[in-house]
Amino acid sequence: MTGAGSMAVSGPLWLLAELTYACPLQCPYCSNPVDFHRYRDELDTETWVRVLSEARRMGAAQLGLSGGEPLVRRDLETIIAEARQLGYYSNLITSGVGMDKARVAAFREAGLDHIQVSFQASSRELNDLIAGTDAFEHKLAMARAVKAHGYPMVLCFVLHRQNIDQVDQVLELASRLEADYVELATTQYYGWARLNRDQLLPTREQLQRAEAVAHDYQERFRGRMKIYYVVPDYYENRPKACMNGWGSIFLTVAPDGTALPCHAARQLPGLEFPNVRDHDLQKIWYDSPAFNRFRGFDWMREPCRSCPEREKDFGGCRCQAYMLTGDAANTDPVCEFSPHREVVDEAIRQAETAHAGETRPLVFRNPRNARAFSEESPAD
Amino acid sequence: MSVPAGKLDLVPGHRFQYEEAQQAHVLLYPEGMVKLNDSAAEIIKRCDGSHTAEEIIQSLETQFPGVDLADDVRALLEQAHDRGWIHGR
Repeated sequence: MTGAGSMAVSGPLWLLAELTYACPLQCPYCSNPVDFHRYRDELDTETWVRVLSEARRMGAAQLGLSGGEPLVRRDLETIIAEARQLGYYSNLITSGVGMDKARVAAFREAGLDHIQVSFQASSRELNDLIAGTDAFEHKLAMARAVKAHGYPMVLCFVLHRQNIDQVDQVLELASRLEADYVELATTQYYGWARLNRDQLLPTREQLQRAEAVAHDYQERFRGRMKIYYVVPDYYENRPKACMNGWGSIFLTVAPDGTALPCHAARQLPGLEFPNVRDHDLQKIWYDSPAFNRFRGFDWMREPCRSCPEREKDFGGCRCQAYMLTGDAANTDPVCEFSPHREVVDEAIRQAETAHAGETRPLVFRNPRNARAFSEESPAD
Repeated sequence: MSVPAGKLDLVPGHRFQYEEAQQAHVLLYPEGMVKLNDSAAEIIKRCDGSHTAEEIIQSLETQFPGVDLADDVRALLEQAHDRGWIHGR
């Protein structure tokens, strides 16, 4: 066991199954890899069933079925039924595009536990503009169908500079739909969102207002609708406890079978992520150099190494450290003790400037842009 | 928040089960999981839609005689209600 030091490694509790990178939407904040078009060779049903069963044996209890758009997979019902039989709590993370009432009923029948429907905004115009497709009315219908089938209605709105000022309308929409849970997730800058960061990062003023509105609604809807508001880490002084530590409780399997400690990790250089087609998960999780690379604390440099908070935040996010400082073993530059904090402050300043003046157009997530932007900067 | 009246049940979307790997009962809900200690598990197990809070206390006092559990059980049920795990009907 390399890198983990004397710490005992336990099995994963969460399995994120990214069933496909295909998606009818083109959201410019998508966290999928920018070169998603390179990973077209998707795992078949049989292999997914094996992956589910191996992870369950290791202790995974929460299963995320995500993508891309997982509804694109015609074998989704089979995968759900298998998950239920294995004892998973299964969460379907979807845009609702590709769903109809009959399919919701089939998911219920197969034993799916929870459906989260994402929205891009509170109005048809802005929603469909950001999604790059005509989807809003259908999403409303699907949110209602989810509840009609006895599920809690869980809505997710991804907030960024272009829709964060409408957070009141977003919450009004959620209350009209009688949502049970609303997640206000501020964009995290991975994949396409990193490419579009200067157009997406909200200003401090926008954030403060949104936060005040969210807290007001949290009070007013207490006991009826639970509102989660996630502060974007760029505006924090300490990094997020990303994935609760590398190779600690989260395991992602990408559409092509690559096993990852988080869905953004594929971009990290110098790491060879194993594929579930070649190895069983037990071996991948405990023995592969990639899963051990940032496990525990031995890999840390200063200021993390001697920091009393290292067991709280695990040094933050390895991908963010890599993207913003060029080295994944550095402290996440969101941390005020990072010698690279300046790059985050600079991004915030750029957001203020861009908000005030001209901005570049958003790059929408689609296969054409995937080819264009990954050929343009193959190493990025 | 208080202990809900009526027969106590898990709020839809919640599931209670034993996890071999954790050697413990857990409560699962949308994108979350909480590991329960033995006493919490004994209480949550009984929130199955067929017992009131008083019946749950009685049942536990029968199973663990000689211990006054009422206050602890009520405190846990209150907390479970506050967190949105259980409701009464």
